[in-house]
Amino acid sequence: MLHSILPLLGLLAVPAAAQDAPVLEVYTYDSFVSDWGPGPALETAFEESCACDLRFTAAGDGAELLARLRLEGARTEADVVVGLDTSLIAMAAETGLFAQHGFEGRAWDLPIAWQDDLFVPFDWGYFAFIHDRSLETPPASFEELAESDVSILIQDPRSSTPGLGLLLWVKAAYGDGAEAIWEGLSDNIVTITKGWSEAYGLFLDGEADMVLSYTTSPAYHIIAENDDSKMAAPFEEGHYLQIEVAGAIASSDELDLAMEFLDFLTSDRAQSVLPTTNWMYPARLPEAGLPEGFETLIAPETALIFPAGELPEIRSMALDEWLTALSR
Amino acid sequence: MAYGAQPLIRLGQIAAGLVVLLIAGTILAVAWRAEASARLGAADWAAIRFTLWQAAWSAILSVALAIPLARALARRRFPGRSAVVTILGAPFILPVIVAVLGLLAIFGRNGLLNAGLGALGLPEVTIYGAWGVVLAHVFFNLPLATRFLLQAWLSVPSERFRLAASLGFGPAATFRIIEWPLLRATVPGAALVIFLICTTSFAVALTLGGGPSATTIELAIYQAFRFDFDLGRAALLALVQLGVTTVAGLLVLGVAVPDAMGGGLDREVAYRPARGRFLDGLMILLATVFLVTPIGALAVSGVAALPGLPAEVWWAAMRSIATALGSALLCLVLSLSIALAVVRARRGVARLLDLAGLLGIAASPLVIGTGLFILTFPWIAPSRLALPLTGLVNAIMAMPFALRALIPAVARVEADYGKLADNLGLRGGARLRILILPRLRRPIGFSAGLAAALSMGDLGVVALFADAGSATLPLQLYRLMGAYRMEAASGAALLLLGLSLCIFWVFDRGGRVDADA
Amino acid sequence: MLTLDAVEIARGAFCLRADFVIPGGALVALIGASGAGKSTLLEAIGGFVPISGGSIYWSGADITREPPDRRPVATLFQDNNLFPHLTVSANMALGLTLRRRPSAADRKQVTEMLERVGLDGLGDRKPGALSGGQRSRVALARAVLQNRPLLLLDEPFAALGPALKAEMIGLVVGLARERGKTLMMITHDPQDAHLLGDQTILIADGRAEEPADTKRLFSAPPPSLASYLGT
Repeated sequence: MLHSILPLLGLLAVPAAAQDAPVLEVYTYDSFVSDWGPGPALETAFEESCACDLRFTAAGDGAELLARLRLEGARTEADVVVGLDTSLIAMAAETGLFAQHGFEGRAWDLPIAWQDDLFVPFDWGYFAFIHDRSLETPPASFEELAESDVSILIQDPRSSTPGLGLLLWVKAAYGDGAEAIWEGLSDNIVTITKGWSEAYGLFLDGEADMVLSYTTSPAYHIIAENDDSKMAAPFEEGHYLQIEVAGAIASSDELDLAMEFLDFLTSDRAQSVLPTTNWMYPARLPEAGLPEGFETLIAPETALIFPAGELPEIRSMALDEWLTALSR
Repeated sequence: MAYGAQPLIRLGQIAAGLVVLLIAGTILAVAWRAEASARLGAADWAAIRFTLWQAAWSAILSVALAIPLARALARRRFPGRSAVVTILGAPFILPVIVAVLGLLAIFGRNGLLNAGLGALGLPEVTIYGAWGVVLAHVFFNLPLATRFLLQAWLSVPSERFRLAASLGFGPAATFRIIEWPLLRATVPGAALVIFLICTTSFAVALTLGGGPSATTIELAIYQAFRFDFDLGRAALLALVQLGVTTVAGLLVLGVAVPDAMGGGLDREVAYRPARGRFLDGLMILLATVFLVTPIGALAVSGVAALPGLPAEVWWAAMRSIATALGSALLCLVLSLSIALAVVRARRGVARLLDLAGLLGIAASPLVIGTGLFILTFPWIAPSRLALPLTGLVNAIMAMPFALRALIPAVARVEADYGKLADNLGLRGGARLRILILPRLRRPIGFSAGLAAALSMGDLGVVALFADAGSATLPLQLYRLMGAYRMEAASGAALLLLGLSLCIFWVFDRGGRVDADA
Repeated sequence: MLTLDAVEIARGAFCLRADFVIPGGALVALIGASGAGKSTLLEAIGGFVPISGGSIYWSGADITREPPDRRPVATLFQDNNLFPHLTVSANMALGLTLRRRPSAADRKQVTEMLERVGLDGLGDRKPGALSGGQRSRVALARAVLQNRPLLLLDEPFAALGPALKAEMIGLVVGLARERGKTLMMITHDPQDAHLLGDQTILIADGRAEEPADTKRLFSAPPPSLASYLGT
């Protein structure tokens, strides 16, 4: 009972104590701020040093976060936006809301070279199909998967970030042949869900052999549940890369504080929180290295990714192919 | 009758006006923010076609199955009959995400049904795809259709069945002379109401639909908003949805919707033919198994996680309960105002008022949410509005059902006691306090319970407004799933299920205790 | 004194005309075949149906446009005279006040009236727990408490047996005389008309006749009444 009352006392106490401290509004996606996400730990850590009040506002997933930002436009209350990803960067930049960060010289531990003067990467991962250890011959490529009778759960690219990731993955690997791959995959697909949560939940309930998720997903089961039965299937074509980024809002009254937060987000302290809360790779490897369990994950040799600038055109073309192939 | 009606009609017009303003105003707000003029693409037309197709099939199958079920329930008496009738109320008020999880536990690839088929060496069935969507809709709406028809069956005086028996009518003659007219009067209205409900399906189609060929209009709206940020197309699709519903709604009002919502379903017809007893029993058994096992499966899978649920889930549950109570109150105020006016107004005006109330079915929660966001953002911090708006939107979504329960009840009360009340000079507040509210306890309890339960399970609006501290239980459930916490999520799902059923039951019972004849 | 001046009540093809005066304190029976328009006439006087022509006066004041509760009229309907969710006392108190808690004086009046109609001690019951005759007494008591000079009875005792009905009419007559009420009562039984005494209005062929002396009317019935009585 006590620990359910304490947060309430905290609510009462904080505004009084922090009345004159500056407030930093951080917009992010929903699972970032949940009790099980990185939000609470990052908030505590940052508030220790900043003499400020950090407040999270959560809006759905990355794409809904961007939609909300576009709805609010220049009047937005946000000082910092955390959780856009590489597929959204171009559209986010177009809003003209973001400030240059000036961290160009920083060394990133990313599979690709990072160059963007508006957005700072904070974590990353590869999309991958996850299966149970008991699956006898997991397919090693999209072509093998299409030929096999292995069943898969995927997400709709129009409503889900991993879903869009898969769309781009197939497009990056097969180019003009993508539509044929989708046609081949159509009889493997059990269902296409709205988001990652539904698909992963159905997979854990045994509704399909494989689910589209991240190469880091097995780490959750190993570290949090002591269960090593879940594995990612390495694909010969390589894996599509997702990099999650943060940016500061140029019109913010607290721009210095916002920059301070971006700096903090890429610091050792924050980066070491991310692997076991957001279940992604940190953008800068902490001194202590990755938590135990991450060494068992597959490490794709080829990282696939489209340049941010080309994405808007590619994604609408790829979506048309996807719609055509799967509507038949 | 005409005397003293004007203020009440005015009040109903205000309530109906608010509903129309909210629905139309938010669409306009969204369209106003659109950056380019919108057109519907091929995918949108496919979505419209699919929406109509699945809604039609869902309505037809729900009603077709409800006919033998309602008949069996009307003429058989067995232990546990009233429990079965009560359970018939459950699926309709289940939170959609929870119910889908339950259906999968039974009909999924790894579900009980396929386990059984596999053990018998039979091929497995799949719940995914367009027919899965229809199956899920039948799960939700078969009980509703059965309530509609059962009510109609029980409204036939038992003397008529006795007369038929004494005249030596066989089943065919009984059907032709007694049951057919009854069905002809009830079935079209029931089917249209279910059609309407299914046109705005979102979560069911999302999870079971299985891809682009099973996209509903509501899903297309969501995609237009999220993927393309094409507000113009979202608004246009919302208008299409509104148009479809208005047409169907006019038809509904034209064919006289049966009064399913009241009470008295635990009566049974005195006429109990010996023939058909086996088929009746089988029908009741199958329907009960179909409706109960998914709920049971949820209970089994969630119960272990229930005690260990994190505190944040319980807080979310409190917020959901508070929101649900507010929603129920608001729904009642609006619906009762409209119902009182509909009974008093001229026919044309009454029909318009009724239609305005029905629009709630057609409204796209996403468009209302986005529109409200656009309208309120310049003035109020969105997170402060998250819960009030969830309550408001759900109140409006529940109004069509509340109206179907309240309008006939108000009409009956006014017919029975209107003159006495006029004679005694009961108007305004005194009439409400002394006559209307006490006589309407049952439909009021039912409507409030329904609005509260529907609001408990809703996820539609809150997502856009909620911040870290104002998550409702369904949102918290999603957050658990999003953080790989599937077991805790199944516990939260069970909690949500329990709370929804409980809150409905409490209101519904509350309306029944001490209800004098 | 109730005056119906060239009153016309049209309902679709049906039309009823009435043009008569009832002196204050008179007890008048209304008799006529079913469908002749007896209830319609009372509803028009009570203010529940609009009249299409003429005027209604009470003691010289035009009440044609007044709402039901502003007319000097209390009505007992065929049924639904009591709210089933309220106790006997609460139902009766509604004749005096709409206040949530009636005053001590009002409560005293209710208790006295309960005694007067022979129901002392039953005030806390609900109508559902009473017999048909008892319910009629409560309804009558409430109508009398309403303190309106004109009492209209639309066959409220039709469902009672002959003895009980005679008893109720006796009670009505007693109460009306005590309090100087003018009374109109619909019936289809000549016996009731005799019990009520005074005068009878015959309604037939779309006309409400002038009140006639009851004994004289029935001893020499006009053709329309004769065919109704089957004599």
